[in-house]
Amino acid sequence: MSTQQVLFDIPGPRARVRHRVLAVLTLALFVAVAVWLLIQLRAGGQLDANKWMPFLQWRTWTTYLIPGIGGTLLAALIAILIASPLALGLAMLRMSDVAPVRWVASVFVEFFRAVPVLIMMIFTYFWLSQQEWSVDRWNPLIGVVTGLVLYNASVLCEVIRNGVASLPSGQREAGLSIGLSTVQVRRSILIPQALTAMMPSLVSQLVVIVKDTALGSIILYYDLLTRSQQLSSAFSNVVPAYIVAAVIYILINYSISKVAETLESRQRRKRRATGGQTTDGAGPTGVAGPAVDPLVEHNTKL
Amino acid sequence: MLELIDQFNVFDAFWTTIKLTLWSALFSLLLGTVVAIMRLSPVGFLRWLGGSYVTLIRNTPLTLIIVFCSIGLWGQFGIEPASRDSPTFIVDLNFRLAVIGLSVYHAAFVCEALRSGVNTIPVGQAEASRSLGLTFGQGLRHVILPQAFRGAITPLGNTLIALTKNTTVAVAIGVAEAAYALRNMIEFRPDVMLLNFLLIAIGFVILTLPTGLATSWLASRLAVKR
Repeated sequence: MSTQQVLFDIPGPRARVRHRVLAVLTLALFVAVAVWLLIQLRAGGQLDANKWMPFLQWRTWTTYLIPGIGGTLLAALIAILIASPLALGLAMLRMSDVAPVRWVASVFVEFFRAVPVLIMMIFTYFWLSQQEWSVDRWNPLIGVVTGLVLYNASVLCEVIRNGVASLPSGQREAGLSIGLSTVQVRRSILIPQALTAMMPSLVSQLVVIVKDTALGSIILYYDLLTRSQQLSSAFSNVVPAYIVAAVIYILINYSISKVAETLESRQRRKRRATGGQTTDGAGPTGVAGPAVDPLVEHNTKL
Repeated sequence: MLELIDQFNVFDAFWTTIKLTLWSALFSLLLGTVVAIMRLSPVGFLRWLGGSYVTLIRNTPLTLIIVFCSIGLWGQFGIEPASRDSPTFIVDLNFRLAVIGLSVYHAAFVCEALRSGVNTIPVGQAEASRSLGLTFGQGLRHVILPQAFRGAITPLGNTLIALTKNTTVAVAIGVAEAAYALRNMIEFRPDVMLLNFLLIAIGFVILTLPTGLATSWLASRLAVKR
């Protein structure tokens, strides 16, 4: 049931009036809440021009916000660059023919999926600061990246396995029948197809990673959130600082998810273009339907 | 290990984690259902409002939302969900502010889970309810939502697991839950660093594993047979 128009009849004149009344009422409620918030803000002095002026000065951006965005993106990029190959390796191990290897990989993946990212970050950070060889300046970054890598590698491993599982069995059988070994089939036939199909969800996993870098503020990593907190104590403008930080996060993540959507629709088009006989969206390229179960994809986004 | 559990009240910490999870699960389920109904409704403005809520919240870090609940909601807007006369004022206040933040954040995911549940319902169900003359509200109540909830058990369960893990973020505003306990343990017993970590980590495995199993059992049991 994808089109929501099926849920209700096309409104007649009376229903249209009713809908309009409902819309006006909620709009009024919405406006009332907004006005109340603004009054509170004004009373607290958060609407004064001098609380917002800092954002018009270039120096605020170069001292706080741009380094903050840099810190956030740096941690996110390092994390995805390490996590994706690690996820690939884990997925290979988890699909291995040797049972003990499979078990070890499964325990690793299930463990790090169950443990909160923040717990891993806190542990790594404090563990590092105890070691003599560690460079204090780098500890927060390493802590953030370690937590993100362990969690996201495990999640992406499952995404890749889902992708492989959704390939038609003919792919594997054809590979075996031309004399490839199971490892060769996996490496040169199954994984490449799963990965291409996986691209959109790899990109949208970036949204999760960018959001989770904000956890770094708890272990003193200089990300956008930490910098905005510094900014807010420098100009005592808590509300404006948090609003600007939220807007920046939303802009970054929204554009990443738009890129993922574009990739996905391009893939769908390509599949349709090459697909001769399409049974349930599976073209001869063998990539069946949406390779990622939409439910699975939704749940990796939390 | 028992000595560690004793010394740092690990059970109390996890009890706080469980309470945070349950309260936030309840409120995010309520709020998420309301947002989902708004997104399905025939009124354009409500659809837009629900859609914007989900887009904005889903793209904002949870840490920011929770810290803002403390600094902004309480500090600036004066929303104070605890009574000052109570001897546990600060503890109650931070706990309830954390519940607000967690509920607001996870409601967006509950809404999307329900929408995916609605998508499992065949079109014929809605068409049949309309042809019987049920209004949008009646159709929703008697036909669409009951099936949507049953179809959405898996994503809802996954949201609950994520919520359990995300309660750790409440440490940012000083709620004494599992991550807070870990920080204390590391500070006062740095000699058994790895044990500290494993203790808390295994606590989370114990909390999330049954949820996962219960979810898949319920999902297969309650699935609408078609």
